[in-house]
Amino acid sequence: MSDFILIAISTLDATIRVSTPLILCAMAGLFSERSGIVDIGLEGKMLAGAFAAAAIAAVTGSAWLGLGAAIGVSICMALLHGFACITHKGNQVVSGLAINILASGLTVTLGIAWFHQGGQTPLLSGDARFFSIDLPGALAVADVPVLGAIYTQLISGHNALVYIAFMTVPVTWWLVYQTRFGLRLRAVGENPQAVDTAGISVFWLRYRAVICAGLLCGIAGAYLSIAQNASFIREMSAGKGYIALAALIFGKWRPKTALLACLLFGFLEALTVRLEGVALPLIGEVPAQLMQATPYILTVVLLAGFIGKAIAPKAIGIPYSKER
Amino acid sequence: MSNKTLPTWIDVGVIPLINVCLAFLVSGFVILLIGESPLEAVQWMITGAFGYAEGIGYTLYYTTNFIFTGLAVAVAFHAGLFNIGGEGQAYIGGLGVGLMCMSLDSFMPWWALIPFAIAAGAAFGAAWAFIPAYLQAYRGSHVVITTIMFNFIASALMVYLLVNVLIEPGTMSPQSRVIADAAILPSMRDVFAVFGINIANSPLNIAIFLALICCVLVWLLLWHTRLGYAIRMIGFNEQAAVYSGINTRRTIVITMCISGALAAMVGINEVMGAQGRVLLDYVAGAGFTGIAVSLMGRNHPVGIIIASLLFGALYQGGAELSFEVPSITRDLVVVIQGLVILFCGALSLMIKPTIEKLFLRFFAAKERANV
Repeated sequence: MSDFILIAISTLDATIRVSTPLILCAMAGLFSERSGIVDIGLEGKMLAGAFAAAAIAAVTGSAWLGLGAAIGVSICMALLHGFACITHKGNQVVSGLAINILASGLTVTLGIAWFHQGGQTPLLSGDARFFSIDLPGALAVADVPVLGAIYTQLISGHNALVYIAFMTVPVTWWLVYQTRFGLRLRAVGENPQAVDTAGISVFWLRYRAVICAGLLCGIAGAYLSIAQNASFIREMSAGKGYIALAALIFGKWRPKTALLACLLFGFLEALTVRLEGVALPLIGEVPAQLMQATPYILTVVLLAGFIGKAIAPKAIGIPYSKER
Repeated sequence: MSNKTLPTWIDVGVIPLINVCLAFLVSGFVILLIGESPLEAVQWMITGAFGYAEGIGYTLYYTTNFIFTGLAVAVAFHAGLFNIGGEGQAYIGGLGVGLMCMSLDSFMPWWALIPFAIAAGAAFGAAWAFIPAYLQAYRGSHVVITTIMFNFIASALMVYLLVNVLIEPGTMSPQSRVIADAAILPSMRDVFAVFGINIANSPLNIAIFLALICCVLVWLLLWHTRLGYAIRMIGFNEQAAVYSGINTRRTIVITMCISGALAAMVGINEVMGAQGRVLLDYVAGAGFTGIAVSLMGRNHPVGIIIASLLFGALYQGGAELSFEVPSITRDLVVVIQGLVILFCGALSLMIKPTIEKLFLRFFAAKERANV
């Protein structure tokens, strides 16, 4: 029995680590999409952020400067997205795709030119990375059965960015549902004409939304390269941005449900590693590829309207023109 | 609409050209940023792509793939649908081509097999596009999101099939067995050898003729058939299409299936031609390049051929460049591709007002001079 609990706790522990970038990106997407801007560029912003974080941390030796660089670069890409979709009324999907492809190419091209390691950045150590934090009393309660293990392994012992990621969910909820900014943000995603008539700038609101998205994607990128791993590796975002987008849709564009979707998808990924080569009773060995495809399949099934209904913000994807 | 102020040749010719030039200009800055000379890079790329026979062969071989995926994206675009799933549809389509070839290659030479291979590939590609299309038309889910999801599902499915089912027994690498020599499409070298002309060896094969045929067919479909009219009408104004009695839902599904079938033809060029087997990730981003090609070629077959040739040259020239200049890799081509999508797609409206103003000033001045 205690074996089972240990395995369960370590799988859940892995779930938290895997879910962290998903949560950050899903919240990023939430800001952008609730304001009416489709954001398939989560992947690219995260990847660019990961590269910037690893590069700056390698040069300066400071993880916090790395984080700052990641946020800066990611916000720049978000502003590019805004420039194309808000100012010039370009196609939002095309713009997001361009950002993804651009990030995928630029990170490797610049990485090879600057660090000469085939697109990787130098391995980081010491202050250049975010290390796990032991919460107070973690060691003291470690021997308490079950609850102690849960506290020391599951809740304590993650790096700062993990805690930040989980903090962003209530903060996002508060911003979107409890503040004037949030009310206007949601309104501009549903009916921008009404917001404009009220004398509020649609452009500036949407720009603020994409900047929020850039900020959170940057943190997610920094998490990948200087917290979870010790260097930037080419294509290290590996579709996480798209899974986060799927989680956002699966969570019906709401913070709490999106968080649950991220945890579910993260749990599936953690379980994939755990079940590698293990035969389950009754069903036998589950192919790892099936587990990897499950988040996408679930999202398609949800979108098809078979489990509840995911209703997107009404004005999503439509550029706003003041004059008609 | 404000389109009236500009003549067609500026709208279709000059503006895309300026956008491409902007993309290349920014690419040049990226090359400067990594400490190399952009002019030298351009020189190597042109030499690599067009400077010698083998290079030209490779350029046209890449071009073939991009024509297929470009047409796939364009057909969907005309109905106002954004098919990001070309990558997955081409991947699954290649599976169809491979399965058909592997089951019939001991009985048939390539010329008897090719209709079956095309049909199987098209059916698989169309089937992979059908589900997102059906969900868009009848269940109201957005085709962009579902095709993205289907790319990932295709990738997972193919890894599973190649690792567990199609793998050649006794080997380690996840790829299918090689198709019999007689069933593989003749390369251009063989074709020219028939006429007694000796050209350099390259993966270029007769699939390029299929690509050109597809261009003509797509042109006929879109501008000379009833279905094509319905497709363009949906893209232009779906409400109007509904009121004029077009069955929009059915047309959307058919359009996406045609799009998926076109993307699947990459399988003919790769699986039945260049590679001779089903490989892991053999599409290698051609589905996404198709989006850039279609945007650049303004969704017209002629534009798509030109844009495909440009991207074919970029891919082959990029390979040559990375060989000659060690600090530059083929990833630079990915950067250029991203910039082309950005400038020709997302920012395509950016320079229009400026051009309009310049044109009007020039035009007005000429008018006055005439008076």
